[in-house]
Amino acid sequence: MNKGVAITGMGIISAIGNNVAENYASLISGKKGISKIFQIETVHKDEIMVGEISDTNPVLEKRLDVSENQWSRTVLIGCLAAEEALKNAVITKINDVRTGLISGTTVGGMDKSEQYFYDYFEHPEVRQHITGLHAGDSTKKIAKHLGLEESFVTTISTACSSAANAIMLGARMIKSGQLDRVIVGGTDCLSKFTINGFKTLLILSDTYSAPFDDNRKGLNLGEAAAFLVLESDEMVKKENKKVLAYVKGYGNANDAYHQTASSEHGDGAVLAMEKALKVAGMQSSDIDYVNAHGTATPNNDLSEGRALIRLFDEKVPEFSSTKAFTGHTLAAAGGVEAVYSVLALQNNIMFPNLNYKTQMKEFDLTPITQVTKKPLRNVLSNSFGFGGNCSTLIFSKEA
Amino acid sequence: MKKSVYINSVGSVSAQKTFDNSHFLEDIFNHNDTVLSIIAPDYREYIPPAAARRMAKGIKMSTVSAKTAMTEAALEENEIDAIIVGTGLGCIGDSEKFVIDIIDNDEQFLTPTRFIQSSHNTVAGQIALGMGCKGHNFTYVHSVISFESAVLDAKMQLENDEANHILVGGVDELVDHHVDTHRLIGHIKQEAVETMAVLSSGTQGAVFSEGAHFFVLSNEKRPSCYAELLAVETYNTLSQDEVSEKVALFLSKNKFTLDTVDVVILGNNGDVEFDGYYNELAKGIFKNTCQAYFKHLSGEFDTASGFGFWLANQILKHQYVPKAVRLNSVETTSPKTILIYNQYRGENHSLTLLRKC
Repeated sequence: MNKGVAITGMGIISAIGNNVAENYASLISGKKGISKIFQIETVHKDEIMVGEISDTNPVLEKRLDVSENQWSRTVLIGCLAAEEALKNAVITKINDVRTGLISGTTVGGMDKSEQYFYDYFEHPEVRQHITGLHAGDSTKKIAKHLGLEESFVTTISTACSSAANAIMLGARMIKSGQLDRVIVGGTDCLSKFTINGFKTLLILSDTYSAPFDDNRKGLNLGEAAAFLVLESDEMVKKENKKVLAYVKGYGNANDAYHQTASSEHGDGAVLAMEKALKVAGMQSSDIDYVNAHGTATPNNDLSEGRALIRLFDEKVPEFSSTKAFTGHTLAAAGGVEAVYSVLALQNNIMFPNLNYKTQMKEFDLTPITQVTKKPLRNVLSNSFGFGGNCSTLIFSKEA
Repeated sequence: MKKSVYINSVGSVSAQKTFDNSHFLEDIFNHNDTVLSIIAPDYREYIPPAAARRMAKGIKMSTVSAKTAMTEAALEENEIDAIIVGTGLGCIGDSEKFVIDIIDNDEQFLTPTRFIQSSHNTVAGQIALGMGCKGHNFTYVHSVISFESAVLDAKMQLENDEANHILVGGVDELVDHHVDTHRLIGHIKQEAVETMAVLSSGTQGAVFSEGAHFFVLSNEKRPSCYAELLAVETYNTLSQDEVSEKVALFLSKNKFTLDTVDVVILGNNGDVEFDGYYNELAKGIFKNTCQAYFKHLSGEFDTASGFGFWLANQILKHQYVPKAVRLNSVETTSPKTILIYNQYRGENHSLTLLRKC
């Protein structure tokens, strides 16, 4: 097998918890974070359910000790998750070795841009948000908050696979010796922009989303930020670091089928999973559990299910989508599910696919619906996005 | 053993007439404005009119630029292993219109097209779709190092032989609300300035523009080869008094010295507040080096450094530095090594090193 890249820290904030421990507690107690939206004033509030982080911006600002209304919510939650990841990795001097930050986001500062779009002209006091529209601005602010200087800091935006791709780039940079340490993941807050965008695509569910269920009605949008700290073997050895798990495989492919829909048989997904297995030096039979993309849209779950059957040659291992807990957190999803994959490995536990009742007509696939114990060695996590973007990560206990 | 990385072709659509690779800045278009639009090619020569009508400006520019690069490299579409794009704001025009529709129509009567195109990775996705390229497809969106991030990603894959040919590009389009709001905060110059007088404007802010630059990067040299890509590094922060030291360190890491740089290309945009970074190098360690600049021609935008990269490649291929981009009077007869330094408003610095192939 090929060598993996060590994960030494992780941090998360989502609708099911403000940190890793709270997220884990919700996952194993089946506590979902889906509700009616209460922090965004939208005409659709009675027609949709979302995974909203409970704290309001003023509360988040207080936790971070930053001034009022200077940052997008994407930045606020990103800072909290990245801070937790660094703390978990016991990093106090961030600039003492070559450290990078790679964040995935699609929304960036859109929450503020849409709020003040016309106000900028009459209200100088909100003009701090003008440059916040740049997706990269959120990453810049997180880097500054963490005190990262003269470093490699970049942003990836490949729609809903952004954070997975950030993790992939980070792992590649560590492997190729360009960085000693890198903070990777993603952050996206809820916005009217995404709510209305997905609404026009007719893929928002008006109730709790039910991934891989025959009667699934679409997705619940969510908001979250999640980051991992990846470190080189030299760093792990030098600082005697505790390794949580390894990024063992990664693959990105393009479906090259349609701008927003997945191909009928999941060609891009199969390619991404095959690439990840190849990088990991594994066979599909080495995978013990799949954290599926599973958005609960008719198109995704059919395409992904078929891709799983193709890859695993009918012997699909236990799988589930955790999006019924958190909602689809867009760019952050790959980061959120990376944290959940590591938690699965650490605890030898697979998380339930909530709200599942009826098997899909098209194939014989049933996700796990209960918290299930199983010795896990390797977990595969999928993230797919607009633009045909398909990404797969494989997390392992052993290097 | 790491493989060498070559830039085998270039494609550009910019505020100058750069879309035709048979010319190299022979005629300069003299703008006199604070915001520059691209000099558009005849899109009908590249894109079926029915398709072009539905396309955002950024996609159209990118399609032309990418096709130019593909044609010049003489590669079949199925030989491209990956597509990597840098863009500060993606198809911002569609995002802007979607926001306007949401606000003005109180979230009703919306259609999905604008939302779909507003995704930052629309350009990379559309090119992949058009070419049927199922390989690695990334989009970087980090201000003025968006393009450099894409180059760095490609370089890593080519060096490690994970890919043989990669289409790498940078694109940004200019739209009204973005311009209007950036005027409010002084990031755009208040008074029009002539192209050749941008650096002596003595005012704050930059002249904004747009453009698309695509290149085929490979780990084998093709007959069309422009240059070898030696190194690229980016830094999120850097103070003005550390720039010279950082450049020297970057060169020494790559086994070069200051004297072995034949041409240094600087990203001056005529903003008196931030050009000091460039002046530091121009008046200091590169005082005796042939200096070039380009943002008076290209204007400033997140992926303007794509124009700088294009310029470096053209200089190495044509073996001369056009008069319109000369920053000082130091001559160079046969340029072999070029260093590009870029930053915007004191942030997101990048160094790129190229060598004649």
